[in-house]
Parts: sequence; C-alpha cells; structure tokens
Amino acid sequence: MAQVKAPKPSALAPQPSALAQAANGQEMTGAQAIIKSLECAGATDVFGLPGGAILPTYDPLMDSQRVRHILVRHEQGAGHAAQGYAHATGKPGVCIATSGPGATNLVTPIADANMDSIPMVAITGQVGASLIGTDAFQEADIVGITAPITKHNVLVTDPNEIPQAIAEAFYIATHGRPGPVLVDITKSAQQAPMTFQWPERIELPGFNSGARPHSKTVQEAARLLATARRPVLYVGGGVIRSGASAGLRKLTDLSGAAVTTTLMARGALPDSHPQHLGMPGMHGTVAAVASLQKADLVVALGARFDDRVTGKLESFAPHATIVHADIDPAEIGKNRAVDVPIVGDLKEVFDALVPALEEEHLKHGKPDLEAWWAQLDQWRDTYGLGFVPTDDGLSSPQHVIQRLGEISGPDTIFTSGVGQHQMWASQFIKYERPNTWINSGGLGTMGFSVPAAMGAKVGEPDRTVWSIDGDGCFQMTNQELVTCAINNIPIKVAIVNNSSLGMVRQWQTLYYNQRYSNTDLHTGHGTQRIPDFVKLAEAMGCAGLRCESDADVDATIKRAMEINDQPVVVDFTVSRDAMVWPMVAAGTSNDEIQYARGIAPEWDRGEEE
Amino acid sequence: MTRHTLSVLVENKPGVLARVAGLFSRRAFNIHSLAVGQTEHEDISRITVVVDVDQLPLEQVTKQLNKLVHVLKIVELERDKSVQRDLILVKVRADARQRADVLQIVELFRAHVVDVASDSLVIEAVGAPEKLEALLAALGSHDIREIVQSGTVAIGRGARSITERAFDRASA
Repeated sequence: MAQVKAPKPSALAPQPSALAQAANGQEMTGAQAIIKSLECAGATDVFGLPGGAILPTYDPLMDSQRVRHILVRHEQGAGHAAQGYAHATGKPGVCIATSGPGATNLVTPIADANMDSIPMVAITGQVGASLIGTDAFQEADIVGITAPITKHNVLVTDPNEIPQAIAEAFYIATHGRPGPVLVDITKSAQQAPMTFQWPERIELPGFNSGARPHSKTVQEAARLLATARRPVLYVGGGVIRSGASAGLRKLTDLSGAAVTTTLMARGALPDSHPQHLGMPGMHGTVAAVASLQKADLVVALGARFDDRVTGKLESFAPHATIVHADIDPAEIGKNRAVDVPIVGDLKEVFDALVPALEEEHLKHGKPDLEAWWAQLDQWRDTYGLGFVPTDDGLSSPQHVIQRLGEISGPDTIFTSGVGQHQMWASQFIKYERPNTWINSGGLGTMGFSVPAAMGAKVGEPDRTVWSIDGDGCFQMTNQELVTCAINNIPIKVAIVNNSSLGMVRQWQTLYYNQRYSNTDLHTGHGTQRIPDFVKLAEAMGCAGLRCESDADVDATIKRAMEINDQPVVVDFTVSRDAMVWPMVAAGTSNDEIQYARGIAPEWDRGEEE
Repeated sequence: MTRHTLSVLVENKPGVLARVAGLFSRRAFNIHSLAVGQTEHEDISRITVVVDVDQLPLEQVTKQLNKLVHVLKIVELERDKSVQRDLILVKVRADARQRADVLQIVELFRAHVVDVASDSLVIEAVGAPEKLEALLAALGSHDIREIVQSGTVAIGRGARSITERAFDRASA
C-alpha cells in the first residue's frame, strides 16, 4: 500500500515562543506567514484540501517541518477530522479550505463545533481583495455565512495582519467556552510581501474568557449540597472541555449525590462509579431521568438544559432547586430559571466547591441520603438498560455495540454518527475516562463518525479508535477512509447496518403508523446490498469484514482488532426492527418515559413502601 | 412586551453592525430602530438599538451580545434617566395658500424648514418619538410626500460617561 508520511514534529524542535522570536522581523509572503503562524500557534496536524484561492499557502506548507497536512477527500471531512482531533486531545483542531465551495463545505463542521463547544480554527482562502463583491469565480462571503455559527470570524486583506489574526483565532477558540473561529484570507494577502510579527500578547478588550467563580454563590451551592435530601449532579460536556473530571470525581465522592452524565459528558465520571446513574434525557436510563424528576436539588455542571435532556421544559425537575455552573454566562437562566448561578471554569468551580462542601459538612454533618439511594437503587435494579432480540432472528445492534465496548476496552476512543447507533453506543459502552466518546450532540450531524475517528486517531495514534457508524451515516462521509488508507491512519469502522435510516424509521414505527417513507437503504440482509460495504472498503484500501449473526460477533471484532496496518471496515448486518429504549417522546414530559414500548415505570412504588 | 433602548459600544471594525443586527434577528427579536455612529473615541462606535421585548429574553440577548468579540459594553438606557431623540425629515406639498398653516405647525413644534420650493417644504424636526408622532399627526391634513426618520439616539443624564470605562478596557 502506498504510504506517504508527512514529517512528524521532532521532540527537540524549539518551543513555539522561541520559534516566534526567530521569525519576528523576517520578510516573507502572506502565505509563508500563515504557515509560520500555524507553527507558532503550536499546530502540528492540519486537515485540508487545496484550491485556487488557498494555493499560495499550500506551497510553503509543503516545506513545513512542524505542520503535518493531511489531504482529505472532502472539506467536510477536514472539518470533522479537526473536531475529532480536538475532542480527543483537547488541543485546537485546524482545517484549511479554499474559497467558495471549499469554504461552504466547512459550514456543517463549523456549526457542529459551535454547538458542541469544540476548539477549532478554520483557515479559508478568499478571492483577491480587488475581486471581493464582484461574484468572482469561487467567491462566497464565508465570513457572512459563518457569522452566526462561529465564536468569531475575520476577513484578512492586509498580509501584515495575518499573524495577529491567527494568534487571536487560536486564543479565542481555546479560551472561555471553546468554539470554532474562522480566518478568511484573501489570495492577494497571501501573495503580498509582509514583515512577520507574532503578537507577544493578545489584546481583545471585548473578549471575556470567563470570570472566577463567585465565593458567595459557591458557598450557597455547598450549603444546598450539604442539606439536600435528593441531590443530583447533572453533568454536561463542559466538564470534559474543562478537563475537570478529577474535580467532578472529588465532588461526587464527597457529596454522595447521584450523578447523571449527558450525551456530551459520557466518560466525565467512570460508568463503573457506584453513584453514576447513566445518561439523562430522551434515551436516558430510567434511573437518571427519574432522579432528575424527583430531585430536590439539581446541580448542573457545564450542561445547558437542552431539550433532549429536559423533555417538556415546564415539567423538568419540578421539585428541584437549581444550581447552575457554567463558563458561559449566557447559558445560565437561558432555558431554566436558576436559583444559584456560578459563572466560571468547571475546574475552578470544583476547586472552590469541594473545600466549601467540606466546611459545610463540618457544620451540618453529612446529609442522610439513605432513603434517596434506596429509591435510586430500586429504579436502577428494576429498570436497568437492556434489550430483547427481535423476532426476525437477525443480529441485535445493541449486542454488537456492547461487545465492541467490552472487547476493545475502556482505553479505546469511540466515535459515532447520529441516530440509533449513536444512542446505543452511548448506552451500552462503558466509558471510564473522558475524551473516549466523541459524537455530534447538539447539531446531530450524520456522517460525523468516520472523519472524526480519523482526526482522533491522528491526535491519539497509540489508541484504538473505533468509529461506530450507521449505514446511512457511513454513506455520507466514507470517502475519508481513502485518506486514512493513504496516510496510514488505521481506524476501525463498525457499520451497524440495519439497512435503513434507523432512528427515522423508529419514529415512523411509533408515530407514523409504520409507513416507512424513504427510510429503506437496501444495504442489509436479504437486499441488493447497494453499496456492498465490504467491497467498498476494499476499493478504498481498507480491510472489509462482514458479520451476519450474533454468534460471529466476538470473532469478527477480534479479527478486526488484529488488523493494525490498514483501516478496517466491519459490516455488521443487524435487525432493522430493534428500537432505542427507554424513550421520552419528543415534546412530552420526562415523567412520561417509556422503559420499552408501552411500558411505563411505576413511579410511586418506592415512595409507598 | 416592553420597549427597551440599548446602547452597545463596539470596536470600530468591519462587519460589526451586521453581527449585532444579525444576533437580534437570529434570536427572533424585532429591532424597532437602529442608529450607529462614532463616539468621542475614534476606535469606538456606538449602536443604539430600540427593541420590543420582555425582560427575560432581553437578558439573554444582552448576554449573547456580550459574547461578540467586538462588543465592548452594553447599557440599557431607561427612559426617565436618559435623553432620547429621533430626527425626522418631512416633505410636504404646500403652495402659497397652504404655506402659512404648515409654517404655524412647524413653529408650534419648534421644527425647522430646511428646504423651500414654490410648491413644497422640507421640515426637519428633532425630538422624542412621541413629539414626532404628534407633529406628523398635526401635518396629517396636508399632502405629505415623503418621510424619512433616523433611528433613536440616546444618552444618559448626568455626568457619568458609559464610554469612559469601555475605552479604558479597549486601550488597557
């Protein structure tokens, strides 16, 4: 197999600041300044695809000893790869595209990164300054287009402003609540001469990178945690972005509270922790959903009361006092009125809240949570996550995903697309550490999985990376497997192939009288198999495997685990009738959760006993 | 819904007005009026936005505005603690017979005539929105050919300057 390996950054290479000092004052082109700026910002891996308006920049990029460029097959792949890279490593992801269609192909990943607070810098070429506004070839107002979906963006026409614009982009993307920043640079600025000057410090008077948590509200939160009878920590993706898992662990152990981790927070607290009830929300566990509905105190930590978590907002956690800690003040009170607001980085919040709670315990003693835990345990025992095989005798998708988690183990990074397979991957894989679960939560972008896995594998080359994907999602972005094969990025893809757009089909089953309008994909068991995923994998330079029964699942996974010199695609053909349970129907109250079709939990049993 | 007047101090950068206006429309707020211009500091512009909105969504949009990198400061100017003014230009058809009546209205409202032709007048008036509405009502019996209005501009009463602290931050 052809392997073109870009140079890896050397461990002895000078630190970016020394690099900047050496470069300052040098005469160069704007294009060279872009590459130099990326080096100074510490970027080592970038994903992109060249075109006319970014061509000047691709020339010096070829000579960079520090920046490895991975040539994708579609700019959307570059964007999602940058997201996967950022999510897995915590470092900002970088993607590069040309003007016009190159830039607009980045729109979906940018919107996705904005919703899920992923630090990302997108560099786009723009037509020459004199052509702007003339409807020139491949001209698009990408700054205008992405204004509502970026944390910030900027058009650069003066080559001397390039270093500062890129330095600010990295700063803004990674400080405060992370997010995507786009820097659009005209071809004329790339071609013009300039004098390089890397800014010594960033001066952005209108940018707030976050306040320190206020001691008064922290104390109030501690007092509430020490005195509540039914406390729940509602943990969101902010804990992962902040790198605050250790603090969460301390607060969990100290408070004795129940913990729920949202779709974006899976892995923030190990699933094996006895106080962990699992995921809340539309497809959350009964125990997690019920705990929030019955709680007298909900401590939201880097979560945003998303509609998929709250269900009908008016009836969410109706008895609870709400403490809400978030780095973004705009999240506090946005959806749910808050009793105790704490604005700050979650790490600092835990650093303040844990000692404050210790003090409260000295005053009040530890709260008696025995009755609460008896109730929670009863829900957990009665309504644990599970599934029953379907009548058609085909493989269960939940079984495939559960075994993937068990065989590959907790050091694996899992990515997913959007739909049923995503929910099952969130439910049936046990996550033990942060940044091992990478998915598109807020935007819900089908096709996220393969390119995100590619980015994660580039960022964490020593970890096994499994892309769990659906047959619908896979057909949106599988071209990046070519990128993986050519660039020696051996990801593993598990297509949970139910031959349909499964989640949409599930809704058609439940709410549209089993009228399956446009959800049949003809890829599965007993169909024409167009495309044949095994052949498609092989055509793209990957190993292709197929598994058609529960009996073969383990052996197939093990075979896939043994292939490490090229990407592997496994076509797990599964039943299309399997559904995601539990479920809170859209727009209804969380109290209406169904454990399985037609089966509602008996809420008050525990309370009457 | 109540009417609110916001003063938004922004860095004088390209596209900043579009970003601010876009944020209002994206969150489904109707901008009643908008005015923008430079302040006493050449690097800072001031956008005055008048919106009809409830208190809670207003807080949300203010917080979202604060997240824009080029927005330095947002102040709500309450009606009784600020001076709020609009400017209006009205073209009225008026020949010799009607002119005296129109001029009397102009005088009553302390407006000015800024252009005169044989059969028309252009009236300029400055004032609070209610006064300008009253002026238009008074002119209602005449043939109004054209109306153009500025957005509201507003400034707080008393010695305090809202630009001062924002400027300190901008130049810190």
